[in-house]
Amino acid sequence: MSKLLIEGVSRTFAGVGGGQPVQALQPVDLAVAANDFITILGPSGCGKSTLLRIVAGLEAPSTGRVVLDGKAVTRPGPDRGMVFQSYTLFPWLTVAENIGFGLRERSMPERERTEVVASYIDLVGLKGFENHWPKQLSGGMQQRTAIARALANDPAILLLDEPFGALDNQTRGLMQELLLGIWERRKKTVLFVTHDIEEAIFMASRVIVMSARPGRIKSDVPVDLPHPRHYTLKTSAEFSALKAQLTEDIRIEAMRTAQTQSA
Amino acid sequence: MLRPLHPVRPGTRTVLGILFFVLFVVFWAWITLGGHVNRIFLADPLSMLKDGWRLLTEDRFWLDILITIWRVFGGFALASIVAVPIGIAMGAWKPVEAFLEPFVSFARYLPASAFIPLLILWAGIGEFEKLLVIFVGSVFQIILIVAVKVGSTRRDLVEAAYTLGATDNGIVKRVIMPANAPEIAETLRLVLGWAWTYVIVAELIGSSSGIGYMIINSQSRLATGQIIFGIIVIGLIGLLSDFAFKALNRWLYPWSLA
Repeated sequence: MSKLLIEGVSRTFAGVGGGQPVQALQPVDLAVAANDFITILGPSGCGKSTLLRIVAGLEAPSTGRVVLDGKAVTRPGPDRGMVFQSYTLFPWLTVAENIGFGLRERSMPERERTEVVASYIDLVGLKGFENHWPKQLSGGMQQRTAIARALANDPAILLLDEPFGALDNQTRGLMQELLLGIWERRKKTVLFVTHDIEEAIFMASRVIVMSARPGRIKSDVPVDLPHPRHYTLKTSAEFSALKAQLTEDIRIEAMRTAQTQSA
Repeated sequence: MLRPLHPVRPGTRTVLGILFFVLFVVFWAWITLGGHVNRIFLADPLSMLKDGWRLLTEDRFWLDILITIWRVFGGFALASIVAVPIGIAMGAWKPVEAFLEPFVSFARYLPASAFIPLLILWAGIGEFEKLLVIFVGSVFQIILIVAVKVGSTRRDLVEAAYTLGATDNGIVKRVIMPANAPEIAETLRLVLGWAWTYVIVAELIGSSSGIGYMIINSQSRLATGQIIFGIIVIGLIGLLSDFAFKALNRWLYPWSLA
């Protein structure tokens, strides 16, 4: 049985000022197996973030439904942890308090909470920064905290919306390895949205390529590269072949986007 | 020499800031002591200081100062206790905002000083009336500013909290309130400054104590030195309370510092 089922989910936004309604997402069907790492790859504005937000319950689909572990999604909840592209740590809480936020919301006793928080601080390599305020952290450290905060809730699925999009290239590479390392050790169902082809291949066991707006699933590419993956994989022949194939797919879509925007 | 937006050195900044005060007092001394204005209408700096000293040592002016401070903080505290929760409720829940916002926007333009005759009829000329003047002058301002700040809470923080399992109640208590606490405190600091204006107006009418009462009393005796001293005292206390408030905010919300 699939962990997550997306059935005929589409999204249409009402027209602005009496204009035509805009379809952001054509009906999408997707079945996600447990412990799969799925990346959703597409050009800007293809509706991939909208799809992720619908799975999170932050937006309602215009048609269709999302089913997680046999239950239909109606609103956001702790079973779907999310990491955003923007830095969304609570600035008034320390790193440790941020990671413990979800645990506190469900009234986990303090002693137990401290233990869980400490283990996740360890997991993302933030020892020594427990009592820092978010604004004292670099972008990479903030996103590491955000990942720990989402994982500490032990969600059924982890949703990531271009989490490394605002980071510089070197940091992004390190963050990819960190997240992949956690996934290889802990196993988790992951939906990861990105527009970066290399990132999409490196992280995924399956890449979903989306078309230009209105988005739909254009291709579904399994990535059978072995685990654990090392950054040197990015220069291997198999990786390059996949990259060439996906680059071609995405290029057509990006050109389509550019044309509709200039029209 | 003067490049736009170019920062000034800290030492130079202090010197320039003090320099204006010095120039101001020198100008004042020149027109008064030099006989350029009639002394009946404007006292010179020296007699102002002399008058002030006499007020403090002989006329127990410090009692007036204390009573004025109490009125400002009393009325202001009352207004804050009422206004901050209403402002948060308006910012957080849009139906509450739709219900109250038009009235509060209207009420905010009602001049507090025009209410004084009415407030005297209702509450007499005692302390409660003085507190009410400040309350009326501050409460609608605080409600509106707090509502706007709370209404513009970062949506991504709210969304993040929802995905972490926060309930609607939890969002208000553990996201919206802490996220806006420093800005609400800043708002209160600003409005406290305005409260100093209202208290003097309240003390000018139907009062028998306070700095404003001393000022209106001095007018009938043409004691311009006392009036100016009173005004300067208000300015100094306002400045001090502003500093104290700023320091308190810095201490309460270290995370919001740049």
